[in-house]
Amino acid sequence: MRRKTSRLLRGIALLSALALGATACGGSDDEGSDQKPVSASDLQAALKKGGTVTVWAWEPTLKSVAADFEKKYPKVKINLVSERSGDKHYTALSNAIEAKKGVPDVAQVEYFALGQYALTKGLTDLAPFGAEKLKDKYTPGPWNAVTQGSDAVWGLPMDSGPMAMFYNKKVFDKNKIAVPTTWDEYVEAARKLHKADPKSFIAADAGDAGFTTSMLWQAGSRPYKVDGTKVKIDFSDAGAKKFTDTWQPLIDEKLLAPITGWTDDWYKGLGDGTIATLVTGAWMPANFVTGVANASGDWRVAPMPAWTKGDKATAENGGSSLTVPELAKNKELAYAFAKYANAEDGVQTRIKQGAFPATTAELQSQEFQNTKFEYFGGQQANKIFAESAANVADDWSYLPFQQYANSIFNDTVGKAYVSSTKLADGLKAWQDASVKYGNEQGFTVEK
Amino acid sequence: MTTQQPPAAVEPRPAPPPARRDRRSWTGWGFLGPFVAVFALVFLAPIAYSIYLSLFRDQLIGGNTFVGLDNYTQALQDDRFWDSLARVSLFLVVQVPIMLGIALLIALALDSGRLYGTDFFRITIFLPYAVPAVVATLMWGFMYGTRYGLVGDINDAFGVTLPEPLSPDLVLASIGNIVTWEFVGYNMLIFYSALRVIPHSLYEAAEIDGAGQFRVITAIKLPAIRGALVIATIFSIIGSFQLFNEPNILRQLARNAITTDYTPNFYTYSLSFNGQQQNYSATVAIIMGLITMVIAYIVQLRGMRKGA
Amino acid sequence: MSTPVTTASESIPAQTAGAGKGASRLRTPRRNTPGRPKRSVLLTVLTGLMLLYTVVPLIWLVISATKTQEGLADSGGLWFADDFALWDNIRDTFTYNDGVFVRWLLNTVLYVVLGAGGATFLAILGGYALAKFNFPGKRAVFAVVIGAVAVPGTALAVPTFLMFSKMGLTDTPWAVIIPSLVSPFGLYLMWVFATEAIPTELLEAARMDGASEARTFFQVSLPLLAPGIVTVLLFTTVATWNNYFLPLIMLKDSDWYPLTLGLSVWNSQAETIGGDVIFNLVITGSLLTIVPLIAAFLLLQKYWQSGLAAGSVKE
Repeated sequence: MRRKTSRLLRGIALLSALALGATACGGSDDEGSDQKPVSASDLQAALKKGGTVTVWAWEPTLKSVAADFEKKYPKVKINLVSERSGDKHYTALSNAIEAKKGVPDVAQVEYFALGQYALTKGLTDLAPFGAEKLKDKYTPGPWNAVTQGSDAVWGLPMDSGPMAMFYNKKVFDKNKIAVPTTWDEYVEAARKLHKADPKSFIAADAGDAGFTTSMLWQAGSRPYKVDGTKVKIDFSDAGAKKFTDTWQPLIDEKLLAPITGWTDDWYKGLGDGTIATLVTGAWMPANFVTGVANASGDWRVAPMPAWTKGDKATAENGGSSLTVPELAKNKELAYAFAKYANAEDGVQTRIKQGAFPATTAELQSQEFQNTKFEYFGGQQANKIFAESAANVADDWSYLPFQQYANSIFNDTVGKAYVSSTKLADGLKAWQDASVKYGNEQGFTVEK
Repeated sequence: MTTQQPPAAVEPRPAPPPARRDRRSWTGWGFLGPFVAVFALVFLAPIAYSIYLSLFRDQLIGGNTFVGLDNYTQALQDDRFWDSLARVSLFLVVQVPIMLGIALLIALALDSGRLYGTDFFRITIFLPYAVPAVVATLMWGFMYGTRYGLVGDINDAFGVTLPEPLSPDLVLASIGNIVTWEFVGYNMLIFYSALRVIPHSLYEAAEIDGAGQFRVITAIKLPAIRGALVIATIFSIIGSFQLFNEPNILRQLARNAITTDYTPNFYTYSLSFNGQQQNYSATVAIIMGLITMVIAYIVQLRGMRKGA
Repeated sequence: MSTPVTTASESIPAQTAGAGKGASRLRTPRRNTPGRPKRSVLLTVLTGLMLLYTVVPLIWLVISATKTQEGLADSGGLWFADDFALWDNIRDTFTYNDGVFVRWLLNTVLYVVLGAGGATFLAILGGYALAKFNFPGKRAVFAVVIGAVAVPGTALAVPTFLMFSKMGLTDTPWAVIIPSLVSPFGLYLMWVFATEAIPTELLEAARMDGASEARTFFQVSLPLLAPGIVTVLLFTTVATWNNYFLPLIMLKDSDWYPLTLGLSVWNSQAETIGGDVIFNLVITGSLLTIVPLIAAFLLLQKYWQSGLAAGSVKE
């Protein structure tokens, strides 16, 4: 064996040497992104000339937007690649950027993940294309997210997720429970409900990074402070305490169904009364219609419970933008498409198919607000959503490596859901792991 | 699925002298060449590239720097890595003997000729092998459900409360069950085909000596299939150390119980795909590869020597 | 990465001591235990329990495939729902999204034909070389092959992706096919098998007649290797058919997806905002995915089982 091993090693050494030669060129070269201003007439000229725009986005409504766009600009072909979402989408995008090959012209990026791509110069600043003039079209939350508090514009907001509380009216009525308006009432309702029907739970929560950060957001906690490469992570402020003090009893008393979101069980639970409320973004109705069809008419929408009676502050959950990667081949056309989809005719097309807009005009239009949702028993749910959108608490920011932080949420905070670990300790562990990663990645992290 | 890999370091034993020694020429390379070329492209080059990567550190801020063996020092002191290694070792020590034991018992039962419908049993028990790990895990994940799954149905029907298969304490056993389901038939077939080629004359001799069933098994059958046992063990060791697909897919249902560093392979995956830590990921993979090789080699050495 | 999912089964053979021409022996019924083995009900029942364990999940899959999306939500797992929707589900699976499932099916077939077929061919050539020729570096080859497969494949995925990307292979079928071409296990099996199945004298004779090496291989050796080839082909087919991780990394364009990847995309469609929830099609699609493989195993069992046993012949 010794002989074999040494030969093996020699072989590997030789190959490594070869690979070194072959791959040394793979290092990252510095790209100075000095985008020259692009005028409206430049854009028109590009649209006339035509070309192909590759779009990576899972937003289903973009399909018809792309078709309309091609009709309007016959020389432009939209190649919509739409099969992946979430982590798989970002993996593919990061891989393509790293390989400097196969990068799309337009990529859908959720607000929480924008920071990372912006910081590592993976995206084109759209301000020189005239994007900063669109500021007033959008509600402040999404606009804040795409600008990352700077002058640059890293993407155009596609939708938004002002939060509201969806609740199963049938379950509430049957057990004679009032719809909670504050989180304290919510906890009380949880106890009452589970006592009345041990198979029913106020909510399903098995630990979800997006939900938890949104709750902190509404509670006034600002755990992440970002200033370029200087980052502060702190889950011990008063807002975070407010959240853990309320949520810990729900976990301790087993009042939350331990069902992971978006699974088969979860859809079933939403349909059969196991899960009585769902506090989430305004984009949810379309999912109710397709995923929980059998409970049509049972559900209603109410404002998100408040931390103190009468407080209107809400938060955002989810929502994404269309961005133009730095390595996109056809930036003018890419921007033209993003603008069409998110600031022009595309917005209406998308709303008609159930998307929730990020544009002020649409949110405030009578037509939009008066839409009756058959699924919610004819309720004009958009009024509640629009109200929520106007009251999203400001100054929230995500980490420039939120994607990684979210990926380890269940490793750390998740413990609080399945063991004797306390939620506050879980958050502390999450903080420590995020700080460690930030330091490893060259950020200056303050606790 | 457990990636069953080719037998580490088990070469066909001194095969009958290949051709003649004096015909040592390059002709063989003509036949072997295509395989080696593709192998070099899809295995050796990425490994070599990984070794190269393991000597650098690429940060989101600050870029790429040469760090020598720093990544290796870090990995050797990394609790997350050692914890995951301990977890798969536990898996290995418990699941592998159970799986191989069951496989061996069934193979012996089939071989004994005392079963009704031997052929039906053999082929049916083998079938799960044809089910993709994605599908297998999906099915079991459903059955594990305490609310709507089979476990839930049993709880409702009998008014009992079975422990939750996806709770942190039990999830490793639940993964073990899926892996066992997928590969027990496959290992059974390995043992069975080895049993089938034991020369008839040995049994006749035993019969003359008046040896009983049990004695025949211990004195003739087991020694005769020693090679098969060793190889199946080695595959299972490699499979356990590379455990990835099942926990990865099951995690959708048990995110708190299965951490992103649940197994060494899962850890390298998370480092690389969630954390963009390609360099460190490559380092952990190389260390893990070395450990796997060493252990597989020891098992082979011991297994072959003992009483051979 | 290319998880050479196993291909282990045949390897055993090499070590089995003794045994004459096992292949032929298999076909003739024989008793290999002393005395007259009586069939035992107890033993059959015990083995039957194992069988139950094996088939319950498969039964669940078949039953679930007969349910609509609502039926899945409303009924227990191991019995039928009120509506029997199997045929509707199958039709919907094939027609959903402009029949993309059919496209994935054809892709999978393409990967199997070129990938598994190619892998088998390379393994035959290589195994033949290892068995019947003596050449410099022969021992080193196998040592390197073994060492390489011990490295966890998932970590090699990114380096492989970057390399393939530089070569312009990502997002093309080649990114899936080329890595599938290597089956270290197939190589091993063919080595063992060729050693036994091809008498060296036969090769000598062919060479004496002045036949070229290529001609000797194709006309003399190949036919003798047939049972081993079927076995290797079947196992490389399983590996390619079930391949998931590699296409996931390499392919972005769904037009090139294999079935496994397509199914997982359908499964995660439930996670997308506004996405269609189609667990019923995921389940039916899963069933349709494993049916061809199971059929192949059942139909070809005579061949691959004899290949397995023949591979065991030694000494």
